Formats: sequence, structure tokens, C-alpha cells
Amino acid sequence: MNNLNEIREESLRKYNARLDKTRIVVGLGTCGIAAGGQKVMDALKKEAAERELDVDFDITSCIGMCYAEPVVEISLPGAASVVYGGIYPDKVAQLLESHVIGKTPVKELAVIQIPGNATPYDGIDVMEKAAYYEKQVRSVTSRLGRTNPENIADYIATGGYAGLEKALSMEPQAIIDEIKKSGLRGRGGGGFPTGMKWQFVHNAVGEKKYIVCNADEGDPGAFMDRSVLEGDPHAVMEGMMIAAFAIGADEGVIYCRAEYPLAIKRLNLAIEVAEKMGIMGKNIMGSGFNFKMRIKAGAGAFVCGEETALLNSIEGKRGMPRVRPPFPANAGLWAKPTCLNNVETFANVPFIIRKGGDWYASMGTEKSKGSKVFCLTGKINNTGLAEVPMGITLREIVFNIAGGIQDGKAFKAVQSGGPSGGCLPTSQLDLPIDYDSLIGAGAMMGSGGLVVMDETTCMVDVARFFLNFTQLESCGKCTPCREGTKRLLEILTRICNGEGVIEDIATLERLGKVIKSSALCGLGQTAPNPVLTTLRYFRDEYEAHIIDKRCPAGCCTALASFSILSDKCIGCTACVKACPAAAISGEGKKAHAIDRNKCIKCGACINKCKFNAIVKA
Amino acid sequence: MTTCNCGSKVVSEKEVALQELLDHYRDYEGGLIPVLQEAQQIYGYLPTDVLEKISQELRIPFSKVFGVCTFYAQFHLKPRGRNIIRMCLGTACHVRGGSKIFKALGEQLGVGDGGTTGDLRYTLEKVACIGACGLAPCLMVNDDTHGRLKVSDVTEILAQYE
Repeated sequence: MNNLNEIREESLRKYNARLDKTRIVVGLGTCGIAAGGQKVMDALKKEAAERELDVDFDITSCIGMCYAEPVVEISLPGAASVVYGGIYPDKVAQLLESHVIGKTPVKELAVIQIPGNATPYDGIDVMEKAAYYEKQVRSVTSRLGRTNPENIADYIATGGYAGLEKALSMEPQAIIDEIKKSGLRGRGGGGFPTGMKWQFVHNAVGEKKYIVCNADEGDPGAFMDRSVLEGDPHAVMEGMMIAAFAIGADEGVIYCRAEYPLAIKRLNLAIEVAEKMGIMGKNIMGSGFNFKMRIKAGAGAFVCGEETALLNSIEGKRGMPRVRPPFPANAGLWAKPTCLNNVETFANVPFIIRKGGDWYASMGTEKSKGSKVFCLTGKINNTGLAEVPMGITLREIVFNIAGGIQDGKAFKAVQSGGPSGGCLPTSQLDLPIDYDSLIGAGAMMGSGGLVVMDETTCMVDVARFFLNFTQLESCGKCTPCREGTKRLLEILTRICNGEGVIEDIATLERLGKVIKSSALCGLGQTAPNPVLTTLRYFRDEYEAHIIDKRCPAGCCTALASFSILSDKCIGCTACVKACPAAAISGEGKKAHAIDRNKCIKCGACINKCKFNAIVKA
Repeated sequence: MTTCNCGSKVVSEKEVALQELLDHYRDYEGGLIPVLQEAQQIYGYLPTDVLEKISQELRIPFSKVFGVCTFYAQFHLKPRGRNIIRMCLGTACHVRGGSKIFKALGEQLGVGDGGTTGDLRYTLEKVACIGACGLAPCLMVNDDTHGRLKVSDVTEILAQYE
């Protein structure tokens, strides 16, 4: 293939032709499928066939509103697209009857609308004005939920591979300079300037160089890389190809965790199609640039998200980190100079090359440019994926985009950066999010998972949960991490069980600092962060556990005690029957009582009581 | 390679598939993990003789092959059953006689904690708490929860899973 123009014209023709038809699009990312999207698609097709409707069906990936899955989008010729949320098969007939046949959108099921050039419908939020999207910028995620990730024509019609076309006409050094100008920093968590990394690999001596994409997203609470791979696989590939051309590599590997089968399937499909069309392979677009890539599926080890452990894993070894230096830029995969970036970093590259580094640098803060994709989970109303400009505050994310805390409870903390990150309290809500301010607050950007916690979450228990995770995932190569995380976990477990002593706090702090400064890799160096930040912001909770033998959140079972409020109990005996330990006494119509000595604190009684008469404290 | 009673060697479909796999990856740098992944798909787990064959054919020391297997959570060195039974032995289930149910399960299946039956129908595991204390004692088979168990229920529950 010598130029993209013919393909682009054909793709645009196909892409625009859809506007003349009635279209129904179902979100079939992993989240949509788990919510039952495939069943909805089947029901829609069956119902449309029975009614002999002339409708085009298509699929798309996750538009970001995980809370609204399964998501269905309907557009009539020349009219605005309406995105419906919570569409189960029982709503299908109503949608078709009202929107497709009656030409009237079902407002009560609609979440947002995307008017394009058409007139918006009354009474439905336009996407850019809707509370969930108002503060967002959609750049890396612009195709998510809007295009079919399995159709390369959709990608090319929306500007795809134009970045590569432009890059191939530039000098490699000019590409690196453009990336430097954009201020893009590694989106996997470390935040290392991408342009500088490329420069190192570009300057490294060696005939053979590699490009590696880190798609081993293992943080609990993080799924942005999965969403981007499932929703826009070509963008990641295009970013890798631009990087390869800039640093002088001709081979790439995407290391994707095996738990993401849909991402692997869509990547394989994308690679196959790109090769067939001549976008990837030999002499790409007549430039003389050759590039091939393959996917390496992970085998279930969290530490492989660490760059040198990942390289070992690609080489077929145990995924344990290497000692640095030498850095991968000089001796990476098979000891050759290797450029390793995260999925989201690569996905940003085509946009930067197409629109220019200055455009990208116009978003964000002084030292953290551009936009970042966050995963919003935990006890919030709107869970999902959100791309925001750097420098936005935590408050805006939690209360504007995520819609505040569930069930009207109070905000307590937000965990940023997964098990390597930290818990930030209410006092840090106005912190502008960028790499450096998060590190200053004791947390880190990490890959971008934000787990929101409410007043019923115990911070000691959260620290214990994360330490349990890092301790299990520690590869065991270096002593500080192998032994240190185990000891931290033992102490935290003891505190949660009400067996803590006051010296434990000082021990946790000292041990945490030692691990931070002496572990071999990022996993170990950041493992104490959950402990250190909760000690910094929630020390009173540790003290309550140790001194008062009390869990303020009422979460740690060993420290909980159950009691029945006699004025609320009507004597229905439901709890008496539910108690597995026969610890509740009482006759019908009389207030019951719990024998604390017999109570095993399983909570079965609270779940049974319809009158909120049982309290856990 | 199994030997038939008549004395001639019989090559099973699995062995043919393994041989094809090894031939495909023979000169592939870093092929060990994909080979193990695909071999596990063929056999359902990674038997010792398969690991030995991989070691010989790919010319990688057995110790290294074994080291890689034990490092990654995905690899199983013992066969796993088609149905995974998770018996809850949390406090509530313990008090309500969960261990009696576990004992009954173990006797019927002839395996202990973590064991798999010879016909690969079941794997039995103990777990701490599955959060169904109100239904104690309880267990999970695959994704189904069974509660308020009596020892006499065990046979019937097991029969539901092929």
C-alpha cells in the first residue's frame, strides 16, 4: 500500500452511509457482555425481525458509563443518536415500538443523546452537557462507545492511521521532539517523560531494537487499559508503530494479561486486518519502514506489570524483576535496546502526532500535561471510565462525575493508584490531580484506578486488604519485599483482630520506610504506601483499634459487638431463627437479647431484621 | 506414549497435538510460556511427563520448566475437576456443623481438601467464608450456592453436577 487516501475515502463513505439508516448499536465491551449485552442484542435482532423492521445492527465498546450497562444506542436517519441505559431484554419491545416505529425516543430510559449535526431531542441530556461527561475531555477514549472496534473502516474514517502517515513523512528525531513538546508522561503509573524515554532508546547503540506495550493491567480497581484495548485496538498499534519508527525498531510485542480474552481477540483481529491491508508489514506506505508485532499472553502474575519482570516473562522465564542498571532502554528484551510503554501512553501518541504537541500540552498542569483516563469504582453512584484533563480535583471527579457517595453516606477516603497507591482523606479532596501532587500527598497516579470509600470502610482493614494482595504477589526475589510485606500484614492482621499493641504503629512506620527505600522494584517500593498513608491520615483509627479495641467503622468483625435496640425490636423472632450460634434469646412479641459470649459475629441477624433493631458497633 | 496390550505403541490425539505444538515453537525465542499454556489446554493441567517432554524437546532444563510452572498462578500441576466444590468453613458454618458436611463430602468423593476425584468430576476445596452465614452451613459448586445443608443432602447435590 502506498497511501491511505483510497482506503480513507472508502472508509468514510461506509462510515457516513450509516447516517441514512436506522441503526441500533449495543455496547459489547467486557462490562457490557457481563451485564447481559449479548442477550439484549439477540432480543433486539429477534424482535426487529419479527416486526420486519429495516434496521442496521452494530456493536461498540464501553462508552464509560459502566453503571448504566447494558447500553443500547438508537439513531434514526438524520436524527440525534439516543443512548439508553439499563436495557434488559424486557425493555426491547418498548424501545423498538416507541423509538424505531413511533420515532419518539423513550425519555425515561435515555441516559444521553449525541446530536451530531441533527437537532437534539427535548428532555434528554446532550452528552457534553450531561453530569457524567461535562468535566471530561474525550481524546484517548474518543472512539470508545462510538465506533466498532472490530471494523478498521471505523478507525480510519475517524482519523486513524493519519498519525502514522504523518510520522512516516517526518524525521525520527522530529517525532521524538514533538512527543517531548507534548509533555506526555508514562500513563502506567511511573510518570516518566515519554519523549525522554524514546530519546534514550533512539540514542542507544544496536541494530535490533524492540517496542513493547505493557498491557498487564493488574491493579484491583483499574480497567482503563482493558477498555482502550477492547475499544480502540488500532490506536495502540498505531502508537507503537510511530514509536518504532522514531526509535528505529522493527518488531513489537504486546504483553497482555490472560484475564483479558476479549482484548486479546480484538488485538489479534486488528493485527491480522492491518497486515492484510498493508498498514503493517514490509515497506509500510512506501516509506521503507518494516514493522511486525505479536501478542504475548500473561500467565497470572501481578509482578509482571513491572517492566523488567515483564521482559523476563516475554523471554519465557519466571517473571521476576531485574536489577537496574542496565535499563531496558539499553538492554531490554533479549538484551537489546527496548522501549516499553503502557497501553494508554501509546494510545495518546497518534493524537499528539496528528494534532501537534502544543495541542496536547495545552491541557493539564505545568508538569503533568494532557488528559488521563480514570476508573471510578467503590461506593459511588456512577461507576465507570472517565477521561479528564490533568489538574482536575478529586472533588470534581468524586462528586461531579461519579455522582457522589451511594445511599447518601459520607465520603471517607479515595484510594488512588491501586495496591501501590495511598488513601487520601476529605482534606485532600481539593488536590489537583497530577503526578507530583499525588506523590506529595503520599499516594501515586498509578494506572489510574480510583476506589472511593465511605464512612463504613475501616482504613486499617483496607490497608490489610492491600498488604494481603502485595504479599501474595511478591515474587520473593528481594528480602525487603518478601519478608517485609509479610511482617506488615501480620501486624495489620493482629490490629484488626484486636490484638494490637501501641508499639505496632512505630514498627509499621519504620518497616514501611525500610521497604520503600530498599526493595528491588516498583512493586516492593510502593507496597507500604497503603499503610503509610492510612497512618498519616487515619492514625486515630489505628489507635482506636489498639487502645480502645474498637473499630470506628464497625467493619472489623473481631472488634464488633452486636446488640438489639429494645425500643425498635418488635419481637418477631426472625433473628432468633437466623442465628447459627443460638446466641439470641427471646420470645415472640418481646424484645430479644444477644448473648455476647455465644455470638460469633456473623451478622446473619442484622440481615434478617426488618426493623433496623440490631446494631453493630 | 501408552502401550497397547498387543504390544504396539498407541499415540493418543493429545500426544499428536503436543508434538505439533512443540514443533511449532521449537525455534521460537521465549516460547516456554505459550507452550505451557497450550499444553495445559490440551491436557487440562500439566502432568510431569508432559513437562519432561517439553524440557527435552525445547532443550530447557527441567528445573527451569518447573520453576516457570510454579511461578505463574495460571499453571496447575494436578488435574482439576470439572466442578469445583467450595465448602465454607467460616465461623457460622463451623458452629452449624460445616465440618460434618465436609467430612461427608470427603467420604463420598474419596478426597480431602484440595483433592480431585479420579474421574475428574469434582475438586473439593475448603474456603474461609462465602458470605452466606444466614444459610449456614453452606457450600458452593461452581457458581451455585447451596445452604442450610444436612449430611443427607450431600448425595443429591453432588448428583446435580456431571
